[in-house]
Amino acid sequence: MKIVVPIKRVVDYNVKVRPLGDQSDVDLNNVKMAMNPFCEIAIEEAVRLKEAGTASEVVAVTVGKSDSQEQLRTALALGADRAILVETDSLLEPLAIAKALSKVIEAESPQLVILGKQAIDGDNNQTGQMLAALLNYGQATFASEISIDGDSASVTREIDGGLQTIKVSLPAIITTDLRLNEPRYASLPNIMKAKKKELDVQPIDAMGIDTAPRMELLSVELPAARQEGIKVESVEELVGKLKNEAKVIS
Amino acid sequence: MSTLVIAEHDNSNLKPATLNTVAAANVIGGAVHILVAGSSCQSVADEAAAVEGIEKVILVDDSAYENQLAESTANLIKSISADYSHILAPATTFGKNVLPRLSALLDVQQISEITEVVSEDTFKRPIYAGSCIATVKSSDAIKVITVRATAFDPVNASGGSASVEPISADGISDLSSFVNEEIAQSDRPELTAASIVISGGRGMQSGDNFHLLETIADKLGAAVGASRAAVDAGFVPNDYQVGQTGKIVAPDLYIAVGISGAIQHLAGMKDSKVIVAINKDEDAPIFQVADYGLVADLFNALPELAEQL
Repeated sequence: MKIVVPIKRVVDYNVKVRPLGDQSDVDLNNVKMAMNPFCEIAIEEAVRLKEAGTASEVVAVTVGKSDSQEQLRTALALGADRAILVETDSLLEPLAIAKALSKVIEAESPQLVILGKQAIDGDNNQTGQMLAALLNYGQATFASEISIDGDSASVTREIDGGLQTIKVSLPAIITTDLRLNEPRYASLPNIMKAKKKELDVQPIDAMGIDTAPRMELLSVELPAARQEGIKVESVEELVGKLKNEAKVIS
Repeated sequence: MSTLVIAEHDNSNLKPATLNTVAAANVIGGAVHILVAGSSCQSVADEAAAVEGIEKVILVDDSAYENQLAESTANLIKSISADYSHILAPATTFGKNVLPRLSALLDVQQISEITEVVSEDTFKRPIYAGSCIATVKSSDAIKVITVRATAFDPVNASGGSASVEPISADGISDLSSFVNEEIAQSDRPELTAASIVISGGRGMQSGDNFHLLETIADKLGAAVGASRAAVDAGFVPNDYQVGQTGKIVAPDLYIAVGISGAIQHLAGMKDSKVIVAINKDEDAPIFQVADYGLVADLFNALPELAEQL
């Protein structure tokens, strides 16, 4: 079984992102970049399925600028067998990214596609579901447990009220939630080995897809700041404030 | 111009987030219809028809929609989409699952988790865990939108008298099927609907210690939440998680206990009316957003708090 894992290069989760001075966009000058955390979970799950003998090959894919090769190398160091960069200089919206990924997946014809439920930059939570629609695959989003059973997968999903288990026919799209696994760290020998693994670069223009933006970013601003609060000295004082000042308890 | 709101429900009752989504639809303007797709769900359609300001409820009652799986539900919405300029659903795990699929079927770019309607084609939404607010303008013919419930006050659940129009199932898919569901049973209010929330973080040290929070929750009629760190550490299940990748809450009172206040957690609770932080580290970032901060060991403070309530 072949597994394709789409990943994304994003601003590291420790960075506090701010708007540019003219509020035209976010300020991404000189910020640390990393693989999106939910994508690390997706790679880890695919590699574990390979280690368990369920999968035979893991292919990492991303759609982005040339510097996204850095995150593909990380994916290779974590255990992916080869990688594909669909190269574009434009910042694409999720629909356009899903279209580019669908072309790669049509060419690769994997039995399973695992990707993160959301990227922590745009917080859109769209690409996996869109990809499933474009390929007419079933989808199992927000997965916390996956088991492959012949030509279907049984997936436990994190839903608002608890857990839901569904069965989805393969090939299918699965998006990862945080409890699915705990991703490993890449070892130094594996980082060295990853440099020799195949990384194929495909220009997006050759794919014949419409990637024109549908949304215009008008401005980026800071959220309204909260008024500074006070420190209380004791539980008694706290209860008094909540009852008499804030009046939120009785 | 007219808007279709996708009802979230459990085949017996309408979920409250639907009312906040209708509120966002009202700001957009034009007629508002509600789609109720489910199985043996007439009572939900009746409830939707009573929602203030709704013109029409479209009811699709078919066993295929019992669990509202994404494939069949997205196909169904697509089949009636031509009549609408906007299609809205709450940004819950239900809406987040179904709407992007619909959006790709319609070849439109979804606008996720809006917090403000600026005009019929322009919306505000948080990005980077709420560190920034983006204003975006959509050029798509049909705007497919998920709505952050806490950003819109719910409309009245009664006072309306919409007509209910039953239609047939369309585009039933067998790509996925329901196996089972484990819904957490609790006498406490739902996290996203509670007026008071008390959450624990890594400082709680174990899942067993969450009983300290539960005691207080029961005295206050509060829901219990957690930070991602507490979920990662296995103290509590993921449906407790408040934050960027969990639930967004905005109660009247939010009590953060043993939570340092990472930006990812603040993203889920900083719109609460009053925030209390209890942490033994006086430099914890949570104190920067707290209205009332108490620097104390939570294992002393919590029993004392329980006693005084």
